[in-house]
Amino acid sequence: MSQKKYWKGLEELANTPEYQQSVANEFNEELPLDLSDNLLNATTPRRDFLKFLGFSTLAATVAASCEMPVRKAIPYAIKPEDIIPGVPNYYASTFVDNGDIIPVVVKTREGRPIMIEGNTLSTITAGGSSARMVAATLSLYDKTRLRQPHVDGKPVDTFDAVDSGIMSGLAAGGAIYLLTGTISSPTTEQSIAQFLAKYPTAKHVTYDPVSYSGMLLANEASYGSRMIPNYLFEKAKTIFSLGADFLGTWLSPVEFSKGYTIGRKIEGKNAKTAEMAKHYQVEGMLSMTGANADERATCKPSEYGKVAAALYSAVTTGAAPNTGSKNLDKMLVKAAADLKKGNGLVVSGSNDVNVQIIINAINNAIGANGTTIDFANPLKYKKGIDADMVALVDAMNAGQVSSLLIHGVNPAYEYFDGVKFLAGLKKVKTTVSFSDRLDETAKECKYVVSDHHWLESWGDAEPKANYISFIQPTIAPLFKTRAFQDSLLKWAGATGTYHDLFNAYWNGKLGQATFDKALQDGIIEPATPAVSGASFSGNVADAIAKASAVKGGEYEIVVFQNVAMGHGGAWSNNPWLQEMPDPVTKVAWDNYVMMSPKTAKEKFEAELTSINQVDPKKRLLKLKVGNKEVTLPVIVTPGMHHNVVAVAVGYGRSEGVGRAAANLGKNTYPLVSFNGTFTYNAPVTIEKTAEFYPVAVTQTHNSAETRPIIYEYTLEKFKENPYELIDERREAIEHYLTAPNEEHHEGHDAYGKGDKFDAKKFEEDFRKNGTHYPVHESMGLHWAMSIDLNTCTGCAACVIACQAENNVSVVGKDRVIKVQEMSWLKIDRYFSGDPNDPDTIQTVFQPMLCQHCDNAPCENVCPVSATNHSSEGLNQMAYNRCIGTKYCANNCPFKVRRFNWFDWNGADCFDDNLYEDGRRDDINDDLTRMVLNPDVTVRSRGVMEKCSFCVQRLQDGKLTAKKEGTPLKDHHVKTACQSACANGCITFGNVNDKESAVFQDRYVNNKERLFYMLESIHVLPNVSYLSKIRNTDVVMNGSEHDEVYNKHI
Amino acid sequence: MALIAVLTVFGSFTQANAQDGKALFQANCASCHNPIKDATGPALQGITGRAPSTEWIHKWVKNSAAVIASGDKYANGIYTKWNKTAMTAFPNLKEEEIDAIIKYVEEYKPPTTTPSGGDTAGSPAKEADNTWLYVLVTIVLAVLALILIRINKGLHKVANTEQGIPNKKDVPLKRNKVFIAVVGILLFILAGYWMVNGGVEMGRQQNYMPKQPIFYSHKVHAGINQINCQYCHAGVNDSRQAMIPSTNVCMNCHKQIGEYTGEQLFDHEGNKIDGTAQIQELYKYAGWDPAKKEYKRDNQGKILATPIKWTKIHNLADFVYFNHSQHVRVGKVQCQTCHGPIQEMDEVKQFESLSMGWCINCHRETKVDFQNNNYYSIFEKYHQEIKDGKRDGVTEAELGGLECQKCHY
Repeated sequence: MSQKKYWKGLEELANTPEYQQSVANEFNEELPLDLSDNLLNATTPRRDFLKFLGFSTLAATVAASCEMPVRKAIPYAIKPEDIIPGVPNYYASTFVDNGDIIPVVVKTREGRPIMIEGNTLSTITAGGSSARMVAATLSLYDKTRLRQPHVDGKPVDTFDAVDSGIMSGLAAGGAIYLLTGTISSPTTEQSIAQFLAKYPTAKHVTYDPVSYSGMLLANEASYGSRMIPNYLFEKAKTIFSLGADFLGTWLSPVEFSKGYTIGRKIEGKNAKTAEMAKHYQVEGMLSMTGANADERATCKPSEYGKVAAALYSAVTTGAAPNTGSKNLDKMLVKAAADLKKGNGLVVSGSNDVNVQIIINAINNAIGANGTTIDFANPLKYKKGIDADMVALVDAMNAGQVSSLLIHGVNPAYEYFDGVKFLAGLKKVKTTVSFSDRLDETAKECKYVVSDHHWLESWGDAEPKANYISFIQPTIAPLFKTRAFQDSLLKWAGATGTYHDLFNAYWNGKLGQATFDKALQDGIIEPATPAVSGASFSGNVADAIAKASAVKGGEYEIVVFQNVAMGHGGAWSNNPWLQEMPDPVTKVAWDNYVMMSPKTAKEKFEAELTSINQVDPKKRLLKLKVGNKEVTLPVIVTPGMHHNVVAVAVGYGRSEGVGRAAANLGKNTYPLVSFNGTFTYNAPVTIEKTAEFYPVAVTQTHNSAETRPIIYEYTLEKFKENPYELIDERREAIEHYLTAPNEEHHEGHDAYGKGDKFDAKKFEEDFRKNGTHYPVHESMGLHWAMSIDLNTCTGCAACVIACQAENNVSVVGKDRVIKVQEMSWLKIDRYFSGDPNDPDTIQTVFQPMLCQHCDNAPCENVCPVSATNHSSEGLNQMAYNRCIGTKYCANNCPFKVRRFNWFDWNGADCFDDNLYEDGRRDDINDDLTRMVLNPDVTVRSRGVMEKCSFCVQRLQDGKLTAKKEGTPLKDHHVKTACQSACANGCITFGNVNDKESAVFQDRYVNNKERLFYMLESIHVLPNVSYLSKIRNTDVVMNGSEHDEVYNKHI
Repeated sequence: MALIAVLTVFGSFTQANAQDGKALFQANCASCHNPIKDATGPALQGITGRAPSTEWIHKWVKNSAAVIASGDKYANGIYTKWNKTAMTAFPNLKEEEIDAIIKYVEEYKPPTTTPSGGDTAGSPAKEADNTWLYVLVTIVLAVLALILIRINKGLHKVANTEQGIPNKKDVPLKRNKVFIAVVGILLFILAGYWMVNGGVEMGRQQNYMPKQPIFYSHKVHAGINQINCQYCHAGVNDSRQAMIPSTNVCMNCHKQIGEYTGEQLFDHEGNKIDGTAQIQELYKYAGWDPAKKEYKRDNQGKILATPIKWTKIHNLADFVYFNHSQHVRVGKVQCQTCHGPIQEMDEVKQFESLSMGWCINCHRETKVDFQNNNYYSIFEKYHQEIKDGKRDGVTEAELGGLECQKCHY
């Protein structure tokens, strides 16, 4: 076992010499300098010196004598009434992506959307957001989007040119199929109905590339209706997930993480009576949800049926489980006991009907139906039935389909047998795609009539029955595109547009006044949501028999969606998402094989040596499932079952998808198989290859080098003694609480014991007496942030929100490998436990950003005072003053400063200076640059940057308060990361204001859990953290941090 | 002058003294009415004589549409006379406020402006005269001093020869080491001074006065006709941008005003400018057909207007964040503080340097509205000090107004 408690990667755990060197090394590449004796001892003759001097003076003169350019100020010809240039407008709308639905508010400046935040009025997501939702603005301005309709892959100028062809094709008769992803919009369904009515031979097939058919069919068998009930995670006291990544990708992760964290919020002041939902996770791979679990055990995915059956028996008969894994058996016994206490909830990510039936039976047995599972407002995110799609592809191949219209899905890429689909597609006479780009399917279709982006559309969505969220256009369509519904209506021969239909439908339902209000709010929800149960009538015995009979293999593969890319789609070409490190593996810009360290080392000679762990080059493994094979690099991931590997979908795209996506990684959808429903796991044979491939792993970038920056307790211990952390803090800094000339206080009575502890005074004394220098008095405003480690699930929505708000650059894979990524906010993921035993691995996520130290080490070392402190507690960065010495970054204990090594954005005034890697470059296209926030400077090469606490928002909030003539309150100011967080894990505000949430959090409600990073070095951060509380028996590796601490300070 | 007063009202006109008819007039009426000239609406002087009664005026101002609808004869008379242009309703104006406006209008006398044209051209010439005088006197004195030195030297030589002291050999000036050193150092200092200043001035454009696509005179609009700045620059209270008005805002008045009848306009080079031709130029941009008195529209009914591409005068660097509303609405700064006597400029030039030093100086000296704005109540220490008489106000700098991230982010 290691001497370390928390580690980001195995290299850090083993602390190999190579790793130490890579951490100590400032530059992660060879410097292009000749530092040999030749150069150092070379003499510079006087004449050369004069020549250089003369040249540089001349060059400077020429450069300086440039004339000021003549700039134009062009006002509107006719100003739209509701736009004031410079003032953002906000529109409520809805993020929709293949069944994923999040009510949002879109910020537009001068008519262009630049930022998306969650709609706080929605009770479903309550203002939460996901990384993809925030990144949607970048996809709107994607250069690859088609700019007009296409016929046979060639652009045509008018819609008439496509309409006539399509309509004659449709009129020719024969079977017409409309193939879509899940549609949960009432008015879109209306327009589809009109289309189907016009063409009696037309059928609508719903297909979800990542399918939930198993659940839909199991629910039909269990409850008589093909639907997915509403899961109330907020009401659950025990959550058992069998391979469902419900915080990352499963069904409606934003909604579920909101509910999940409600059940897991802990307030220190009520520590003695604290209650916290307990989360059990059983899975093959390490998912983001698994990483958040209190108790976690692994099994092969083929054993899900067995595990579900064992849990079912444990819950119903109390039979001792026998799954073959001791850890798992122990855990199942505990879980069964907890589930039986009431308010339990069991979910499974399996797409196997039988597993889902057993899960339903368990939920029924523990009384979840009607308490944590609601059948009154079923979820409408997913409706696709896999067999329908398979039947369609068969019909296509049999030549029975004459017209096929494809919307929102891309079967040539996402369907497990894309080859067969394409073969069938060739036999269809009229093929129409509504795709926004010439992707794998659209490329092969005769007609492409691009749909608007959702930010350009009218529409609605119904995430749950009776909950409506509206879509309003936030920008006029950028290109010659047409709403999907308009195309259908046109071909159905309807006279009105979809907008007319939409207005008529909702006006009829709500009346004009209510509809107007609803559009403004963005949502309509039932006033008092009713919760109802259902009676289970499935055949459990049969399901258990069938599920237990599933055969596994020595190695098994899991094909999963990762948190950034989801199912793929247009997201693959979104550089923000590509560069977002995966929450668990911390890999950007690729997909790869996740494998347990032990298997990788012993069986496949991957990560064999310590060099290999720091080296970005990873061994390529060949995975074979049936007759399909894929070769991908291996990334060792602690917490993986030794016999399970996992690969993500969404990579390996064609050229037509865009420059960022093209040929990056491999398509892993072909590894999916069909067995009544799509099966995302399979026995796999793995072959070692002799080749290596560089992967951008950010896990140990900007390392804090094992200094103690996380505090974690079990719930039980915390309830027993909530003041342990306070005592630890006291012990660490006790000596500095009194002035050097004062007498040392005996005992801690100066600050009170237990709940009487005066956290404020404690901090102030340390602030004052821990230094020889006079302390700056903070008057008026003092910005502060508090981050709750307990509710951070690692979803990275904040990371993307920060990037969108602050114009943070994308640097591309090559530069990420060189540790030059620019993210102001990163989420550090720490493991603890034994890397050779996946069941012991525990994970902590810690958002890491500039700590805005009041006694900042970076400020003292700047030779030009480009970084200095504001009276409001901000560690300011003046880009135009920075000369790029990087002293500040070297002196930062938290390693949060980012240097612009290249001109990432074209912010430099020199031509042809832009960094280009052939992949990320579209982000500097004039169209894509419309996404930039006009209130934030785009940084040029050679300057340092870092988190500014969203100072543009702070200044704006202050101005609003000044205009109102009221003191600044919490509601005036929200940072981008704070508003993006679905879990309310970040509080921010003026800590001088005793009513502010951050003051309450720090000094009243949660002082027991409060800690600052590296408090004892007296840098006085303005970001505080709340300790992680885990509802489990042991926190791995004990809770003494002394060893580590003593070693490094 | 009177114009400065227009701008005093800026930002605070809603709280203006109810009796201040002039301020009320300028805030509410001036965009359409002139006391003595017909504009978008009729000239208002003499209204008490014309209108049926004071009560009628009250009703009319508060809601003219209602008066017209009631079938009032006089009301319908003016309505038809003015091409059925509806007057904006002012339901919030109190009767005494309306009376104050009437009083002001009736007592109004046209401002006696100094004759234009000669003004700008005249004063620099006078300054130049003085400078030349100084230069002349300096040269004469320098020549005189040189002659005296030569004479003195000559006399010395003569005296030396007489007393038998050998004369030092004359070193020519260009070989004189002291002289070379002094000149060298002076040149170095001068060059350094010049270069540093040049470097500091780089990118600054004080007195920048480009030619604009339309000869738009602020003097005619804001000066002579006293149109409130905010009428056109409407963003100034809400936005970082003051906003250049779109052509439809121009057309609010220029639908009626098709020719320029004021004093002859000159550009800064002294060329005559035909004001009416400039208005015609505006019509081209606005898509207005002056003969038919209506907008030209495309087949979808959209007005065929094109934006005017003004040349931007006040340029701040990209890394500077400046917000007009912060300064005008919260700080109650006059437009003229930064833009100079804009109401006297036929052609606008950049009046101040807009340098960081200039910003900082103002932030150092300017006291904020500390007592009246409740936002500042959180600065308890300063409030206490004011109460104790230790200070008489708080400057922007003392509230952090000099910190980098107030403007750079």
